[in-house]
Amino acid sequence: MDFVSFLIQVLNSLQYGLLLFLVASGLTLVFGIMGIINLAHGSFYMVGAYLAFALTGMTGNLMLAIALGLPLAFVFGAILEWALFSHLYKRDHLEQVLLTYGLILIFEELRSLAVGDEVHGVTIPELFSASIPLSDNLSYPVYRLVISVVCLALAGGLYWLIQKTRLGMMIRAGSHDRDMVKALGIDINLLYRTVFALGVALAALAGMLAAPISSVYPGMGSSVLIISFVIVVIGGVGSVWGALVAALVIGFADTFGKVLLPDLAGLMVYLVMALVLLWRPEGIFRKG
Amino acid sequence: MKKAQTTRRTLMQAMLGAFASVLAGALLPLGAAQAAEKIKVGLMLPYTGTYASLGTAITNGFKQYVQEQGGKLGGYEVEYSVVDDESDPSKATENASKLVKRDNVDVLVGTVHSGVALAMAKVARDTKTLLIIPNAGADELTGPLCAPNVFRSSFSAWQPAYAMGKIVAERGHKNVVTVTWKYSFGEQSVAGFKEAFEKAGGKVAKELYLPFPNVEFQPFLTEIASLKPDAVFVFFAGGGAVKFVKDYDAAGLKKSIPLYGSGFLTDGTIDAMGGSGEGLMTTLHYADNLTNPKDQAFRKAYAIAYKQQPDVYAVQGYDAAQMLKTGVDSLKGAKFDKDAVIKAMETAKIDSPRGAFTLSKAHNPVQDIYLRKVEGRDNKLVGVAEKALADPARGCRM
Repeated sequence: MDFVSFLIQVLNSLQYGLLLFLVASGLTLVFGIMGIINLAHGSFYMVGAYLAFALTGMTGNLMLAIALGLPLAFVFGAILEWALFSHLYKRDHLEQVLLTYGLILIFEELRSLAVGDEVHGVTIPELFSASIPLSDNLSYPVYRLVISVVCLALAGGLYWLIQKTRLGMMIRAGSHDRDMVKALGIDINLLYRTVFALGVALAALAGMLAAPISSVYPGMGSSVLIISFVIVVIGGVGSVWGALVAALVIGFADTFGKVLLPDLAGLMVYLVMALVLLWRPEGIFRKG
Repeated sequence: MKKAQTTRRTLMQAMLGAFASVLAGALLPLGAAQAAEKIKVGLMLPYTGTYASLGTAITNGFKQYVQEQGGKLGGYEVEYSVVDDESDPSKATENASKLVKRDNVDVLVGTVHSGVALAMAKVARDTKTLLIIPNAGADELTGPLCAPNVFRSSFSAWQPAYAMGKIVAERGHKNVVTVTWKYSFGEQSVAGFKEAFEKAGGKVAKELYLPFPNVEFQPFLTEIASLKPDAVFVFFAGGGAVKFVKDYDAAGLKKSIPLYGSGFLTDGTIDAMGGSGEGLMTTLHYADNLTNPKDQAFRKAYAIAYKQQPDVYAVQGYDAAQMLKTGVDSLKGAKFDKDAVIKAMETAKIDSPRGAFTLSKAHNPVQDIYLRKVEGRDNKLVGVAEKALADPARGCRM
């Protein structure tokens, strides 16, 4: 591998890592901070991608679709929380697994009934459709770089929200001791509804942003589910920075695994996970 | 909405079928004694998950042929038992056994996913049930695992890829990089391509594999850019195919390094590629604008019955029914006799919409492989890449 290729592969790793963070960010909130085992995370991602497809078809522009889709996803999350998840906080993890697994099946069926089983594409907005030449024959799509910037902004925003704001403080306190927070006069139900809805909106945002590069197809949710859990667990459950670092580590492991050790590429991500957990069973950034 | 349509359609088909059988009964009073004979067909196909649309197309094609025969095959009523295999190999043995043992089917028809089909073939061999595979392309099914009671109406992974190897060499490319998922269908496609391409004097510079179903292609595009081959050959299907073609185009590689693929790259995926697929050349046993009258009649009838254009999967389902009919015809109304059916199927000449084909010794179609080029929303026929190409059926002792 010559030096230029190496640099491009580093760029690929960073970009893929940031995309993975975006995909896992919703799960960081719902699983990491609220402590719900949410297997339907991939379904929310899929809902986002299909929303992007449907709304881009109607409005003719992905940016507009995202602007419309985000509030829709937020409301959808709030309704789900009210109808289903709010009954589960005090129950066993197994019941959360059962519910969210059921949701996967329901969302897949609904998707099949509503839009069918074909593969669809979403067009990249005109503004970002260019490519930047990197070498004599390879160029880099601007849209991918835009996604990276959005991911960084999102990571910063989430960190600020959870660690630096009063709302974040309440959320962290709530995940620690629900009853005490309630006793202090905080409306924990509303708080949790908001956080859950935010988690769903983030998962949907990931799906919407990824739709133009990943295309929109049945079963796309399951392709991101496992990797999202891997990232949240490696990063240290509940840590936003941890998830970001973990996503980047996985980005590098996957990219260079494919190039340098193609026979082990499928194993690479899980090898890294095992090593990190041996080194730090609580994940990279888990506090106390 | 969709449900309601299906029901209405089913109802109409049922009425048509009933009408036809009444008519046949009136014209052929002697046939009345045979009306009790039925054949039980077990459809084991994916109706949910990634391959759901393929399973539906195959079912539609199969039922269309039965409808054309007046709702019967060779004079026998057809009774369906349907199972959704979910493209899940871990449930395949149980599902297939259920059809054979509980529903007592005479013939199994399925499936799309090769892993599931391998398990079905095992059940078919163990229980000596007739099996017709309407898609799954794993070479083994008509290779080392071939069996007298296992037939295929589709193709082997080797066939389209081998045809492409010759084409790419003829087009003057000497040095090619291949990319596919690391699973048997991908590996068999690359092997078929390599065999023909290197025989014609080309050289496969590097075989790149990524774990299935990973679709992060960027590291490989970087590698291709630095290797600078004359051309790239890939096998991908579905969402992965769309993403690869779009990424390849967005990386600017399409301009300098031509991309070729085994046909599934551009089947059912062209719209989603949004222009990135334009001009791509692929090889397959079907194309969108064949000129034979059989295909034109088939497409017309299919479009009327199902309100959409048929694809290669529908053709394979249609031909599975045709193969079964040829077999059943030989019974002349007697009780279902598997050995007689097999014997008749082996020598059948199937008048397929793809063009007539016969079956090899290992029961795989000996068929023309077409070179197609993406133009607009179609895989336009360019020419015949290989005439009457037979899978080598390596490892088949039959």
